Amino acid sequence: MSIDYIILIPIIPFLVFLLLGIFHKRIKPAVSGYVGVFGLLASAMLSFYAAYQYFFVSGKVYGVYQTFTEKSVWMNFTDTLHIDMGILIDPISVMMLVVVSVVSLMVHIYSRGYMKGDEGYTKFFAFLGLFTFSMYGLVLATNLFQIYIFWELVGVSSYLLIGYYYTKTSAIAAAKKAFIVTRFADFGFLIGIMIIGYYTGTFDFETLNNPEGSAIMNWAATSFMGLSVITWALIFIFIGGAGKSAMFPLHIWLPDAMEGPTPVSALIHAATMVVAGVFLVARLFPMFYFVEDGFALNIVAYVGAFSALFAAIIAITQTDIKRVLAFSTMSQLGYMMLALGVSGYEGHDGVGYMASMFHLFTHAMFKALLFLGAGSVIHAVHSNYLKDMGGLRKYMPITNITFLIAALAIAGVPPLAGFWSKDEILVAAFEHNKLIYYVGVFVAGLTAFYMFRLYFGIFWGKDTAYEHKPKESPLSMTFPLLVLAVLSIVGGLIPFSEFVTADKAGFEAHLNYPLAAIATGVGIIGIVLAWVFYKKENSLSDKYANAFGPLYKWACDKFYFDEIYMFVTKKIIFKRVSAPIAKFDKQIVDGTMEGIGNKTVVISKKIKGIQSGKVQDYAFAFVAGVVVVALVFIYLWTN
Amino acid sequence: MDFSSFLLMRHEIILLAVILLLVVAEVSISNAKKSSVVHLAIFLFGIHTIVGFFKIDYGSLFGGMFQTNELIHFFKNVLNIGVLILLLQSGDWLEEKIIQQQRGTEFFILLFSSLLGMYFMISAGDFLMFYLGLELSTLPVAALAAFEVTKRISSESGIKLILSAALASGVSLFGISMLYATTGSIYFAEISEAITASNLTILGFVLFFAGLGFKISLVPFHFWTADVYEGAPISIASYLSVISKGAAVFILMILLFTVLKPLMHIWENILYGVAIITMFIGNLFALRQQNMKRFLAFSSIAQAGFILLGLITGNQLGTTTVVYFVLIYIFSNLAAFGVVQAISLKTGKENMSDYEGLYRTNPNLSLVMMLALFSLAGIPPVAGFFGKFFLFTAAASKGYYLLVFLAVVNVTISLYYYLLVIRAMFLRKSDNAIPYFKSKIYMKLGLLITAVGILVIGLYSPLYDYIHELSKSVF
Repeated sequence: MSIDYIILIPIIPFLVFLLLGIFHKRIKPAVSGYVGVFGLLASAMLSFYAAYQYFFVSGKVYGVYQTFTEKSVWMNFTDTLHIDMGILIDPISVMMLVVVSVVSLMVHIYSRGYMKGDEGYTKFFAFLGLFTFSMYGLVLATNLFQIYIFWELVGVSSYLLIGYYYTKTSAIAAAKKAFIVTRFADFGFLIGIMIIGYYTGTFDFETLNNPEGSAIMNWAATSFMGLSVITWALIFIFIGGAGKSAMFPLHIWLPDAMEGPTPVSALIHAATMVVAGVFLVARLFPMFYFVEDGFALNIVAYVGAFSALFAAIIAITQTDIKRVLAFSTMSQLGYMMLALGVSGYEGHDGVGYMASMFHLFTHAMFKALLFLGAGSVIHAVHSNYLKDMGGLRKYMPITNITFLIAALAIAGVPPLAGFWSKDEILVAAFEHNKLIYYVGVFVAGLTAFYMFRLYFGIFWGKDTAYEHKPKESPLSMTFPLLVLAVLSIVGGLIPFSEFVTADKAGFEAHLNYPLAAIATGVGIIGIVLAWVFYKKENSLSDKYANAFGPLYKWACDKFYFDEIYMFVTKKIIFKRVSAPIAKFDKQIVDGTMEGIGNKTVVISKKIKGIQSGKVQDYAFAFVAGVVVVALVFIYLWTN
Repeated sequence: MDFSSFLLMRHEIILLAVILLLVVAEVSISNAKKSSVVHLAIFLFGIHTIVGFFKIDYGSLFGGMFQTNELIHFFKNVLNIGVLILLLQSGDWLEEKIIQQQRGTEFFILLFSSLLGMYFMISAGDFLMFYLGLELSTLPVAALAAFEVTKRISSESGIKLILSAALASGVSLFGISMLYATTGSIYFAEISEAITASNLTILGFVLFFAGLGFKISLVPFHFWTADVYEGAPISIASYLSVISKGAAVFILMILLFTVLKPLMHIWENILYGVAIITMFIGNLFALRQQNMKRFLAFSSIAQAGFILLGLITGNQLGTTTVVYFVLIYIFSNLAAFGVVQAISLKTGKENMSDYEGLYRTNPNLSLVMMLALFSLAGIPPVAGFFGKFFLFTAAASKGYYLLVFLAVVNVTISLYYYLLVIRAMFLRKSDNAIPYFKSKIYMKLGLLITAVGILVIGLYSPLYDYIHELSKSVF
């Protein structure tokens, strides 16, 4: 199958970025919106065509989906290790192309309405183009090095997009937090890449993932502290993935990143960038699975399960609707991770892998819908907080219906999209790890509860007296809602297990009725509880909050996670390490000229006299340094 | 040896000719037209840079005192490009200076003399030539640091540099004499055969290393850096942090990998320790700096710490990655200093807080600065990422995992303070932001070249392959 044209998919948004970025002063906002939308439409069409070609026409040979690559050696790093650039087409990359295209296109259309009249309208579309380009590049990467480059580009462009509201100081802080936290994780990734490159001699996914290849067969060759070095590398790589996908404890940036414009949250924090971590584990899944009997994969499973539970509990307590959605995203990403973690490899055994990708797909649709719906609400009432909302169903019928559909989908109510994918995840967990299964079921109930708490709180509940009567958003905003709502309804009917599986051969998935019934039942209990608590304004919820007292408060404050981070970074690193050093620099190294000098002219003059004498101090330090180094080494290496 | 062998020294000969021509021009051009010397100097040096790329023979002269090979030749070209960019960036400033104060043409003569010293230093075949080159490369810079005669802080900076440099080279010479005492030779080729690890050689090596450590500003030989950078004219701070450091790194690498190879089991440990403290001290000090020049001073100390990760390997991969990194570093740092200079030239402002809201008033300058800082911080896909990644991989391939890990931690710290500047420029609003201004053509060209370099060098892979090929000539 010819895959040459696929290179156009990332290139088009990049050109849009260049065009809008370079001429942003000369292009009228109205035009730049169209440039962005039509550019992405072209990419989306190509993606759909590619998906059609791959899945239905020429991707399958003897019942197995083939991997197609188009690459060239970009650099010979050493005589054996080389770095390639190219594109890789296999089931998950094609699926991701579709996900990114759909959501990004919808967000582009939506932003035309949402950002209207904004100062940096054109710049915003330029950044969207850059982001989409990076995301396409990430999913198409053929090797670890290439994926890392795009991985960082995604980070940079999301930094720019979150920081877009640069008049808000909280947005600036959030952008920086997101960037720094994910960077820390990325360095784990980087170390993992280096270890892989060194011990296996290749960065190439195809070579690495070959179950009979040397990378997987020889994992036991070198070990370090009781584990194979390859396992260590995979753990490090997972740290990178956990940072991007907001897994505990690297999740702290995600809620704060909600400061960015809402369409950005829908694109980055629901459907694309945050799933990059899941995608990365899926991309290296054969390695995770085969190396050291899946030791690293177990870590993935438990981290995912814990994050799912942890975030769902916090989500119940949040009052900012975007933060509820942020924690919900984290929780659902935890689902995807745990599904990968409990997956096998061949045939039906690999149901977890399939379910994870399936959930990634459906979640992208309904979570983007939830975010865009929330944006539509925020657009109407000019507030992020539940207390300022209520009874909006009368004013915003389309938003109401679409939001309800998305909420039902994420709660796992049949036959909506979320039901099917969540069911497969629970099946996988049930077959491989009962503990994780129970966690998964419990989280399903929590999900339904907090989501309907949100829904009732916004659209039902008390009749808030609005200063300006809220009205339904314009067509450019409701159209994407409708499209995504349709996808959230029918998305689950795709027979995913025939297309996207770990061994690429496909299998037939059957609904496991008892498990599906349990999950659905738990979800419905959650919805009913939310209905009792929140449908009408009443004090029931507060009563229960009081009854749970400290626990509720604890969860409400996100288990004090941010505070712990702040304590370590601000109090310990800044105060105990950096501040004394800065002081030392100012007073001793810099000379006291500036510090005390301003206080009294007399002292200042004297100190100015001493200032050049400080060179003696430098000289002393210099000689002392030499002597110490010399003594130490003479002592150590010749005796 | 016939007359044509002198052509091996083509770089040196042409540069010397340029210097002499400028001396003549200085004398013969009337005061009113003195500023045209700037154009002349840039023109002549441009030609010199271009001629440097023509093919040439390699070999040694004067009984082995002077030597060239492909890599040395290439590195001289790299230095030339750096100096050329630097000249472009400071051309406007100098022109103004000369018109105002009726002086300043000595800038070029001093700068080129220093560069000539570096040529000799990296082409040295024995310690005598090395030492002469080292001195010639340092002394004129001290005069240049004090170039702004009307500013006290500039003179102070000059004094500090010359005193510190004198100490450093004295210590270094002492070390060299000890190496001579134990091996009985000052020729590199003979030393490498005779050298063994004894107390005296180790002491000699450490003393010698301190001298170069001073030029590279490795901790604990770095104290002069921030003070001198802050006081000296920006071009000179830039020169010290880029060209001077680059040349010192290069010759240190050559010496470690060839002459001092038998002592590797010792120097790799020294480098290990020095690398760690250099990275940490440089980064932690940079965190709180407000003055851009001091900020870049500490950042360049930290970068020197990263370079040691390549030096510690002692193999061809290390050579390649170090040269590659230095090349990228030259472009990145010149871009950062160039922007600081452009702003300082127009407004006299040098503090980070002055940069707030810069993107709204001067988008192009802030974009160049952003590229430079992203490159220094090592964020893909700009060149700095590739430089760092390859350095780290080289160190990792020798099994220095802990060191690489610490380096990675440091990269993250550094990202924090680089982002401070980017945040000030892009995300902060300010009521008294620096107003929009237009730089002159030289400055524009100087910044453009660096920006293109930062974007292209990392992605243009044949360059890396080419350096890899050249680095074989070291071994």
